Amino acid sequence: MVEIMPDANGHFGPYGGKYVPETLMPALEELEAAYGDAKKDRRFHEELEYYLRQYVGRPTPLYFARRLTDHFGGARIYLKREDLCHTGAHKINNTIGQVLLAKRMGKGRVIAETGAGQHGVATATAAAMFGLECQVYMGVEDIRRQRLNVFRMNLLGSKVTPVKSGSQTLKDAMNEAIRDWVTTVRTTHYVIGSVAGPHPYPMMVRDFQTVIGNETQRQVMEAEGRGPDFLVACVGGGSNSMGLFYRFLDDKGVSMVGIEAGGFGVNTGKHAASICHGSIGVLHGSKGYLLQDEDGQIKIAHSVSAGLDYPGVGPEHCYLRDSGRVKYEVITDDEALEAFQLCSVKEGIIPALESAHALAYLKKLAPALEKDKIIIVCLSGRGDKDVQQATQILGAADGQD
Amino acid sequence: MDRISKVFQSARKDGRKVFIPFVTAGDPDLEMTRSLVTILEKNGADIIELGVPFSDPLADGPVIQRASHRALAKGATLRKICHFIEGIRKDIKIPIALMSYYNPVLRPGLDETFRWMVDAGVDGLICPDLPPEEGEELISLGQRHGIAVIFFLAPTSTMKRISLVAEKATGFIYYVSVTGVTGARDDLPLSIRDHIKEIRSVTDMPVAVGFGVSTPEHAARIAEWADGVIVGSAIINILEENGFSEHALDLTGDFAAKIKHAMEDRIS
Repeated sequence: MVEIMPDANGHFGPYGGKYVPETLMPALEELEAAYGDAKKDRRFHEELEYYLRQYVGRPTPLYFARRLTDHFGGARIYLKREDLCHTGAHKINNTIGQVLLAKRMGKGRVIAETGAGQHGVATATAAAMFGLECQVYMGVEDIRRQRLNVFRMNLLGSKVTPVKSGSQTLKDAMNEAIRDWVTTVRTTHYVIGSVAGPHPYPMMVRDFQTVIGNETQRQVMEAEGRGPDFLVACVGGGSNSMGLFYRFLDDKGVSMVGIEAGGFGVNTGKHAASICHGSIGVLHGSKGYLLQDEDGQIKIAHSVSAGLDYPGVGPEHCYLRDSGRVKYEVITDDEALEAFQLCSVKEGIIPALESAHALAYLKKLAPALEKDKIIIVCLSGRGDKDVQQATQILGAADGQD
Repeated sequence: MDRISKVFQSARKDGRKVFIPFVTAGDPDLEMTRSLVTILEKNGADIIELGVPFSDPLADGPVIQRASHRALAKGATLRKICHFIEGIRKDIKIPIALMSYYNPVLRPGLDETFRWMVDAGVDGLICPDLPPEEGEELISLGQRHGIAVIFFLAPTSTMKRISLVAEKATGFIYYVSVTGVTGARDDLPLSIRDHIKEIRSVTDMPVAVGFGVSTPEHAARIAEWADGVIVGSAIINILEENGFSEHALDLTGDFAAKIKHAMEDRIS
């Protein structure tokens, strides 16, 4: 089942595909061919592994969270520490791979969209190291929320273009990046940051992120002598979760939970839970679950976390949901903020607000499980970037007490 | 045969070129669209292309993005636009094609969407984010209902893709003149001629050129090479700059007439 996904046309069951303007179709075909070649090229893998080890700092630890485990009093909790990657999140696993590919294709310029800024920073970083020109599109609303990352990208020599259209968040940044790509496609590679977009991106980004699950498998065997019972990861577009889950899809003993952003609560309509509360549609090059109205207009997502603030989700997740292999749950802003503080206080790890959504699910899952069960949470990023925003929200709440 | 194909067929027979103006339906309201369609037909349009607004128009430049935004703000939807076309159909003789991103077409269900279009008398459908690879269902619905399903070629298209699009397209092939998004431009690339020759080498399917065509001179030059000329953003520019007034309508009519005249005379 797992090996053949997607099919030759980039479909995961009814999802995925290539829904892009004709101008980009040849570029997608070129990318598909280049990636196919690279996949078979031992030197490409060696080079990628070299940079992941020496530059990104892989393998990242699988850390036993003793105090969180004690706190919940149930299953043993491990954290896959993607927050310890260079630049502070899993995003760089993918950008190193794609920038290496861009070089192979002879493209001297890369562009990216970014929400929280983590993918933008990771792209800017890889571009700086390999000497490529880089331009990042970011919504004005996200720039407000994530000033620090804008400064980092500038420092890394990238140009950050504020996107003022629509909701001024990730979705609109992606529109603008695609408009750039339509214009510059001959010289530019578009580094998509998630398992979203047209084929071959969902497959390729997944492949670059599977390093998370492959390491986890090895590490949990070393630590526990057996595989995990539960994997938990947040899902915006869905790249850290696909990266963790993929290795285990055929392992029937492993349950997997993808956590979507519930914003103010799914009943308020202000959320980003496309899989749990969306419907099938086409956006940004692929078919999948979307937040949309009955006329097919895309709704504005809401999440306290800029990285999850997106009205779509990768096509493979849609497929995994329908097949029942992965369960998808929703965590609200408030629950995520609570977990953000809990992880900080109990483990001395300030998680990204994105990852805090996955951590928040522990409260619902861990206490009810036997003490010999193993849960692994993907701690996809660190929370430094969120401190300012969290201070504003939590500080205001404290003020009311 | 669909009515769009017929227009191209008879134009070829008479040695004429086909003028296809584009406006976003419901920008800023459907009353304005009614006046515009009437004026454009009177001033030489052979086919009208009506844009269906979408929240995320990723193939469009700022002008059509704004048009889309205005139309959505006034509540234009595919269903309402079809209903509107049904209302004007008896007064408008020329074919009408809808240009819509795929999601608004997909959302009601493709069968339902085609039912609306058939009832309204829509003659063609153009989806800028739908390559033929993903369009099989649309193509067969189009054939069943006599609605042309129009696909694109671009400066980046390979010979392999030209053959594919030529095989799948009905009505005409929409050739994107520039590597980029929609929007008026001062200059058009001369490579258009060579690309059209490449397309002609594999198919007899009519070719209309759009994106960036903004002056009578552009239209005249393209009419030398292609079967049709599509003008969009330049028209919306005139409407915007003149506040969608009566005067704006007159200016749009004049502009359309100039384009048509230039295409007929091929003065460049």
